[in-house]
Amino acid sequence: MAILLTSETPVIVQGFTGQIGTFHAKEMIEYGTRVVGGVTPGKGGTTHLERPVFNTVKDAVQETGAEASIIFVPAPYAADSIMEAADAGIRYCVAITDGIPAHDMIRVKRYMRRYRVENRMRLTGPNCAGTISPGQGMMGIMPGHIYMRGNVGIVGRSGTLGYEAASQMKALGIGVTTSVGIGGDPINGSSFRDILELFEQDPETKAVMMIGEIGGPQEAEAAQYVRDHMSKPVVAYIAGLTAPKGRRMGHAGAIISAFGESAAEKVEILKEAGVTVAPSPAELGVTMARLLQQHGIAA
Amino acid sequence: MEIHEYQAKEILQKFGIQTPPGGLAYSPEQAAYRAREIGGERWVVKAQIHSGARGKAGGIKVCSNDDEIWEAADELLGKRLVTHQTGPAGKVVHRLYVEAATEIEREIYLGLVLDRAQERVVVVASAEGGMEIEEIARERPDSIIRAAIEPAVGMQDFQARELAFGLGLPASLVSQAVTTFLGVYRAFRDLDATMVEINPLVITRDGRLLALDAKMSFDDNAIFRRPNISELRDKSQEDPREMQAADRGLSYVGLDGNIGNIINGAGLAMATMDMIQHAGGEPANFLDIGGGASPERVAKAFRLVLSDDNVEAMLVNIFAGINRCDWVAEGVVQAVRNIDLKMPLVVRLAGTNVEAGRQILRDSGLPIITAETLAEAAEKVVAAWKQATGK
Repeated sequence: MAILLTSETPVIVQGFTGQIGTFHAKEMIEYGTRVVGGVTPGKGGTTHLERPVFNTVKDAVQETGAEASIIFVPAPYAADSIMEAADAGIRYCVAITDGIPAHDMIRVKRYMRRYRVENRMRLTGPNCAGTISPGQGMMGIMPGHIYMRGNVGIVGRSGTLGYEAASQMKALGIGVTTSVGIGGDPINGSSFRDILELFEQDPETKAVMMIGEIGGPQEAEAAQYVRDHMSKPVVAYIAGLTAPKGRRMGHAGAIISAFGESAAEKVEILKEAGVTVAPSPAELGVTMARLLQQHGIAA
Repeated sequence: MEIHEYQAKEILQKFGIQTPPGGLAYSPEQAAYRAREIGGERWVVKAQIHSGARGKAGGIKVCSNDDEIWEAADELLGKRLVTHQTGPAGKVVHRLYVEAATEIEREIYLGLVLDRAQERVVVVASAEGGMEIEEIARERPDSIIRAAIEPAVGMQDFQARELAFGLGLPASLVSQAVTTFLGVYRAFRDLDATMVEINPLVITRDGRLLALDAKMSFDDNAIFRRPNISELRDKSQEDPREMQAADRGLSYVGLDGNIGNIINGAGLAMATMDMIQHAGGEPANFLDIGGGASPERVAKAFRLVLSDDNVEAMLVNIFAGINRCDWVAEGVVQAVRNIDLKMPLVVRLAGTNVEAGRQILRDSGLPIITAETLAEAAEKVVAAWKQATGK
């Protein structure tokens, strides 16, 4: 089944006709994603990449039946675009944009809660590489060819570290149901826990690779979820063992400011919850291979 | 982005927060003049650096006459203050803030932060002012009062009243406290702050509520819409290399090791640093070159990393998604030729156009050590560093 995105999912691109939107929309289409159109205010009625362009997300949903949207809109306007998608009835939104102000994200999260749970859009990102269900569809900026279809779910903050995990697993013949980037910002659409829940419910996913980093409470929250609610084995890695306290490591969210936010503390918390922690970032693949074997899961 | 105490106070005054009268000084003469302007009998001369805990580092001096002010200002200006927040390099004092000394009855802690778990602004207050919040949290956790602010409507009067009563303020000060709390919240929200700290907020002997110290940090991602805030930036307080990097679209943090590295993606950069340590080395820096790494950008990254004299070996680790390995490889070759690199260099390329990239490195004829995996890259760079330096 995969989660969030399948070969059937009709996808639109917000910021479709811009340089970045165009480049990645092309890649997504080439990968086989069902891109049904895009939105650029003021360019409605035109055609781009052989697909219709709309002025508003509402128009796009009405005309194409779009269920998912990917956002390449520049940071100052991105929060507005996310809220527009939520209001237009989009079910799943990936925000690629980085540099969205934190106060804007607080507003976005509050706005999304206005909708009943059953009508509420799911958001992943911002500041992420996107989501890919190998062999089915890609909503993101990742190199599609490094992912192999299979039965392990990946969830992580970092784009390139997620690539590292996928390619190490592929080299060992382990494939992926869906890989989800939740992004490096302090306030993001979905947490590790939210995505773990989806993987737990997905019959095709047999195990999960979780890639966290220093800063924030979400890895500890995920550990608690794994301990109390997850039946599937989880491998985790936390980047930033060598990161000093109080210094921001690239991602706006990667800064150690409280207890439980350093890599060592997170590793400790995850281990206590029964998560298998990869000893180094070079051992993501082999750790997963060992765990699958222990649980008698064929890759 | 951080600003100075005096700047934070100027901002907060506009939002209704009262502070002692004070003025800025760049010289002892000016400091003494400021004191006369303010009047009174006792003054505090405060070093303006981007750090808390200045008092413990000797950056705050109480004076009772012209001579003492001259002396304090003379000693502080140009001095490098080291606090636990500045790191061992410390920060140099270029500005002083001279303020009327205050007779303190009670000290309160007031802080506003973005709470990541609740995804809201949270006001934190404690009747145990003067100490640092970590200290209060450790020693007197029960004294901490929190109020989470609903983003759609902002802070409400009742929340401010609850804080005031919770802190045990006398009834006569509650209305001023409410104005203060609401004002700090509005400043936080209206200016895209990520942190405001008033520590201490004091009740004076004559029954007023004054902010004796103030710290504000702002969201770098929102500076584009806060031109008045970006004008307050003081580059003398920033690490020159980190600043240079930021101005070139690179993200750099200097560390203490000998192995310099250039990586794409913050997560992979942290993981590679961990891997270097795992292999027995110490990283000299964090550097995320980002997406769309052109040969020019690679060259800039090289110069930046090499500006650290401790660097004795280099590692380039690129997992190209939107990047292209052939572009990165070209950048590496150009940089090595132009800089005339004398130390060992290990390059690991993966992802988009990896074969073309490796071919360019091979064809260059340069003594570049290549690696295919992350583990191999880290082991090779540490081994090459040990061999080159005999360490």
